[in-house]
Amino acid sequence: MSAVMGAVGELNEDTSPRRIADLIFRVRELGIVAVLVVFVAVTALIQPRFVDSQNIKFIFTDAVIFALLAMGETMVVLTRQVDLSVGSVLGLSAYLSSNLFSQVHGIPIVAVFLVGLVIGLACGAVNGAITAIARVPGLVVTLATLYIFRAIDVLVVGGGLVIASTLPSGFLGIPTASWSELSSVPYLTVVVAILVGVVAYCLRSFRAGRELYAIGSNPDAATLAGIPKGKRIFTAYLLCGGIAGLAGVLWAANYQTIDSTAGLNYELTVIAAVVVGGVNIFGGSGTVVGAAFGALLLTTINQALYVLGISSFWDPAIDGLLIVVAISLDHGISVRLTNALRKRNLQHET
Amino acid sequence: MGRVNASGGAAFHERLKASSDVASGPVDDGARPPSRPAPEGASAMGGTAEPLLVMEHVSKAFGAVRALVDVSLELYAGETHGLVGENGAGKSTLVKVLAGVHPPDAGALRIGGREVFISSPAAARDAGIAVIYQEPTLFPDLTVAENIFMSRQPLRSGRRIDSRVMNRRVLELVEPLGVRLDPQRIARGLSIADQQIVEIAKALSLDARVIIMDEPTAALSAYEVQRLFRVVETLRASGAAVLFISHRLEEVFGVCQRVTVMRDGQRVLSSLLQGLTSDDLVRAMVGRDVVEREQRVGAQRGDVVLEVDRLTREGVFVDVSFQVRSGEIVALAGLVGAGRSEVARAVFGIDRYDAGEVRVGGKKLKRGAPVAAMEAGVGLVPEDRRLQGLIMELSIGGNIALPSLARLQRFGLVRRSAEHRYAEEWATRLSLRYGRFSNRVSTLSGGNQQKCVLAKWLSRRPRLLIIDEPTRGIDVATKSEVHRLLVELAEQGVAVLMISSELPEVLRVADRVLVMREGRLVAEFSHDDASEEAIVAAATGQADKVAS
Repeated sequence: MSAVMGAVGELNEDTSPRRIADLIFRVRELGIVAVLVVFVAVTALIQPRFVDSQNIKFIFTDAVIFALLAMGETMVVLTRQVDLSVGSVLGLSAYLSSNLFSQVHGIPIVAVFLVGLVIGLACGAVNGAITAIARVPGLVVTLATLYIFRAIDVLVVGGGLVIASTLPSGFLGIPTASWSELSSVPYLTVVVAILVGVVAYCLRSFRAGRELYAIGSNPDAATLAGIPKGKRIFTAYLLCGGIAGLAGVLWAANYQTIDSTAGLNYELTVIAAVVVGGVNIFGGSGTVVGAAFGALLLTTINQALYVLGISSFWDPAIDGLLIVVAISLDHGISVRLTNALRKRNLQHET
Repeated sequence: MGRVNASGGAAFHERLKASSDVASGPVDDGARPPSRPAPEGASAMGGTAEPLLVMEHVSKAFGAVRALVDVSLELYAGETHGLVGENGAGKSTLVKVLAGVHPPDAGALRIGGREVFISSPAAARDAGIAVIYQEPTLFPDLTVAENIFMSRQPLRSGRRIDSRVMNRRVLELVEPLGVRLDPQRIARGLSIADQQIVEIAKALSLDARVIIMDEPTAALSAYEVQRLFRVVETLRASGAAVLFISHRLEEVFGVCQRVTVMRDGQRVLSSLLQGLTSDDLVRAMVGRDVVEREQRVGAQRGDVVLEVDRLTREGVFVDVSFQVRSGEIVALAGLVGAGRSEVARAVFGIDRYDAGEVRVGGKKLKRGAPVAAMEAGVGLVPEDRRLQGLIMELSIGGNIALPSLARLQRFGLVRRSAEHRYAEEWATRLSLRYGRFSNRVSTLSGGNQQKCVLAKWLSRRPRLLIIDEPTRGIDVATKSEVHRLLVELAEQGVAVLMISSELPEVLRVADRVLVMREGRLVAEFSHDDASEEAIVAAATGQADKVAS
């Protein structure tokens, strides 16, 4: 009995390294929020127009599609893979789905979304199947499909164009619809926020979700633990593709003019958001919530530059700077964390 | 079958808990926990009951190398069984056979009287075998509890993971071991000792009855070793069969009841430890015919070429000082992991060191600068020729000429023909057997690849040649060729520092033998004093008993 009591006593003492770890990880996500708040505040001081409801609404509308893609990409990155084809999948889905409005008269909007989803899932399945079955690194596979899906897009679209006048107004209103004219938070933002929350919960609370983290954290240990690696990686690509497909439909609704360049070069921006959002590019750690905030931060910065009258020429440079900062920060944190935990060990021993 | 098998699963855990009072009692500061007679296995060890695990006539070969030859082994419930042997005796292969990493070529395995086929790590797990490696493979980003229960997490409604139950179960698993471990902390930064505890907890959660520990103490501090011993004792007392592999004989005497000695892939001894001395074990481990020595014509010692002065790299080697004279072959002997290769790498400037000095020909070498070492006339033939010694995709000629490109270049360009001319001289002198110089070096046999590495460095006419495991994995004929070559080099006045785990080789060619153990130089033998027994005793920490 006394042994049990002793153990419990020791345990309370022992929780402190975890608290350090928890705090730092929470801080990691709080960090993005903090940067976001500071950034918005500074910009608003210089140019008050930045925080008017119209502009905020604009940022949310833009960030939503971006955040969705970042969420899908995160699931793949967690497994130490990457999906470079999201921009092409988005472009393909955006054109093929929105073009349906002029092809099939009176087609329900839901059906269009379903078509976008199916196109995305199909592309994701191709990526996932080749990566998982042929055991080719996802980086190479999706580098190939990045071009292949885009080529299909160009073939199908040709010189074609989907323009706003062919799209029903109910469809065009989806990205910006909100409770009232004055509200700066569209419905869609709330829906996506909830979706991100649900996915985050699933990744945390289901075996399959934890297995994504495990695969990325140590692939060899994952094999030894009997995790069906191929199946999980396939699923991650499938979901990422499906989400990119849905994002494509939303893209069409938001930008309203779709040609074969929709979403061109977007994949790297998405990966940037994921990395800025604190997801380890080598897998194993990070959350979809962080990635979504990363997307919001990048969108906000781009919009701020616009509002401040700084040339959008600087956008990529600033995105790049943020990636460097985020990665250095992550590295610094993980080194410090490891050291802090090691020190704890030593103290326990002596 | 009966009694051993009947006590699986929950009953096993009950007993583990019951025995916890013993293990988590006051810390025993003595060098070893008392080896009480095994409660469960006592009768089993007498031979009346069936052993928990039986290996029968197991053989395993890798190509021409026979790693295991007709090995039989019995493990009883409630015993800790030591497995010892020199480097390359087949211990690791035996572990890998039991772990399902290498399926055996021949032989049978029985657990609890039933024949099992272990064809994969998963099959080993299902058979109740768990292996605790020296450095476990964990998920660094996940918590301790997740590491233990990955893919087997306890669930609550809706198939969601029940973290609370999972964390509690970790405590229940770990608590009887008398060890503190927070289930919710992430694995990154755990000490190796704690990582092993995580693996042990995982083994317990899987109801493993056979727990194999492959040199678990090699990277542990004295305190951690004591803690591990208490854990092993708890496991044993609860009826598990523990196979404990160690190079340190005093540890085997500390925790084991029985011992098996392997040599050259065969079992040479299996018996109760009681009544045996460490001398007996060392003799069984060595037990070879005395090797003939290479005839040295004029062993003329010249000036000191290499001076290593109090060289220290924290956590790797400490206070290493020695000299090598021109015309002398000095061997660094010791167990794998004693820090020999690390010293060589530090001398050559590949790895940094924290304190001390290296002088070549009286001049101090810059730390961490291989180029400076090369300019001072040092050559290094590394341990792993495929990864470190050669560029496998490059041609034979290109490899040999590689360290000398600066001499061959003209206006910044190197002509293939100049490379080949350069390579030819040394290829002939070393009687390298090759097709064309432009063939990839990967097309050569192991022995010829090694000659290539030698040619590469000898062509620079070094004053000091450091050579790590000169004959690993090459055939007997080439082996003696390499030996003769080393002796010739010494006769020409080159100083040779040789690292070798093969004692016959050390005895054959070395003028002096330095023995390292756990990062320190612990003994030095002259050519005449050196014997296998004395070197093994010094390398395993039994020196005071054997050598005088």
